[in-house]
Amino acid sequence: MTTTTHTHSAALALGDDALVLSHRLGEWMGHAPVLEEEVALANIALDLLGQARILLSMAGDEDELAYLREERAFRNLQLVEQPNGDFAHTIVRQLYFSTYQHLMYARLASVEGPFAGLAAKAVKEVAYHRDHAEQWTLRLGDGTEESHERMQRACTALWRFTGEMFAPLDGLDLDRSELESAWLESVRSMLERAGLAVPEGSRTGAWSAGAGREGLHTESFGRMLAEMQHLHRSHPGASW
Amino acid sequence: MATAAAHQTARTQPHTGQDGGAGADEAYARVFDATVAADERIEPRDWMPDAYRATLVRQIAQHAHSEIIGMQPEANWITRAPSLRRKAILMAKVQDEAGHGLYLYSAAETLGASREELLDKLHSGRQKYSSIFNYPTLTWADVGAIGWLVDGAAITNQVPLCRCSYGPYARAMVRVCKEESFHQRQGYELLLALSRGTPEQHAMAQDAVDRWWWPSLMMFGPPDDESAHSAQSMAWKIKRHSNDELRRRFVDICVPQAASLGLTLPDPDLKWNEERGHHDFGAIDWTEFKEVLKGNGPCNEQRITQRRRAHDEGAWVRDAAAAYAAKHSSGTEVEQA
Repeated sequence: MTTTTHTHSAALALGDDALVLSHRLGEWMGHAPVLEEEVALANIALDLLGQARILLSMAGDEDELAYLREERAFRNLQLVEQPNGDFAHTIVRQLYFSTYQHLMYARLASVEGPFAGLAAKAVKEVAYHRDHAEQWTLRLGDGTEESHERMQRACTALWRFTGEMFAPLDGLDLDRSELESAWLESVRSMLERAGLAVPEGSRTGAWSAGAGREGLHTESFGRMLAEMQHLHRSHPGASW
Repeated sequence: MATAAAHQTARTQPHTGQDGGAGADEAYARVFDATVAADERIEPRDWMPDAYRATLVRQIAQHAHSEIIGMQPEANWITRAPSLRRKAILMAKVQDEAGHGLYLYSAAETLGASREELLDKLHSGRQKYSSIFNYPTLTWADVGAIGWLVDGAAITNQVPLCRCSYGPYARAMVRVCKEESFHQRQGYELLLALSRGTPEQHAMAQDAVDRWWWPSLMMFGPPDDESAHSAQSMAWKIKRHSNDELRRRFVDICVPQAASLGLTLPDPDLKWNEERGHHDFGAIDWTEFKEVLKGNGPCNEQRITQRRRAHDEGAWVRDAAAAYAAKHSSGTEVEQA
């Protein structure tokens, strides 16, 4: 029984990550800088939503979990709930998160466990997400002066949310410090290739180390949920 | 009638062609007319009348613009979709629309236009998009009504375009229609779920159909006796059926579907006409249609402003991609918009 409970809490956390980031990417639709990015961002959002649905279903009823929990019950990382900002912020958020997801799913896919099946499917998707983020990191980091500046600002602004990805997570049997050093190495070398300085600040907020996983979120998250859940909550018990 | 292969050599006009003269043009025109008469395809490198090219650029561009602007009313509900399944369906649909826009801009580019120039015409109001997208999506049921009625009308219009005389456009339409029919069925299924749901959901579905029915009928364009481009487009086999004919066909399809949805269509004059073998239906408010086309619809300003803003705010991204590509010309291919 304890294994099941643990699996549920890990599935919930990973499912919430995918759900919330998918939602943020969905906000881009109709607003992207080029048509190809309308397609790409929607594609990534859809992949993540697919992952979220599988993971949340492992933890319970997907719609009940997505639409009827309040802010304090969500277990997603603060990183994925960060507002889209400009395209550079979105890309840096994607770079940080897809690198983490790719390393994590590659490891989960290689060992037996409750997440092996999902991880085997998801690792292919997130390899594409990571490639997309890396290509844009290069273009923007090594593009124009303005794009470089915007990227640098985004790298720095989101840096403090990256530590929580490696906080202990119940039910996920991974070598976290190995995962963290692989992530750091990958992101550092990527930023360097793009001519961007690796941020020097702390990788956790002043009060919020790993806080998303404990249901402590940033201010914009409640507003995001209000929008996401409004219609579903307005018709209790209805099916759609 | 000559074979396609024979046409291929005869009708191909070299881009550098300075030879010409009126005689050569007449010969090309004869081959063009014969190709169209034989129901064969005109391809990008073939000679074609300037007016044929211009009409196609206008029509294909407006079609592409409609896909792009058409993302907005539906994307309006992505963040509020009431279940994860519906959210996934809607995201996939809006993504398909961006893809359709891309096919269509490519088709227009085979005629010598550039995507950038066409987008510029959209942004400056010199080219139009379908009037339907100037209506607002006020409730979740509107997403279903758009799928069922708007995509249904689009399919009725577009299926004949799969046989359009211009090859690249016809081929784009084949791909677009496959995806559109999928969307249409999903829209229908969404409305069915609402119609069979709670009384509030049923009322929401009925209200959406009431608001989208007449604008959908307007999608077929003005009545035949007022349609400026129809006769020529039909002679060129760009268009295969008249506006009124397609509109009638659409009404005949929708009436039984509405009945099985358990929803009514907001037209007291709608009834089966045994003699004609079609439904009779009420008069369309052409004044409203003209107002919307002129830019005075409920969302014209909002739609174009959002499109322009996305484009303007994305300029630095496109500039960066171009600068990067120039620096690393042997590297990864990137968009140079």
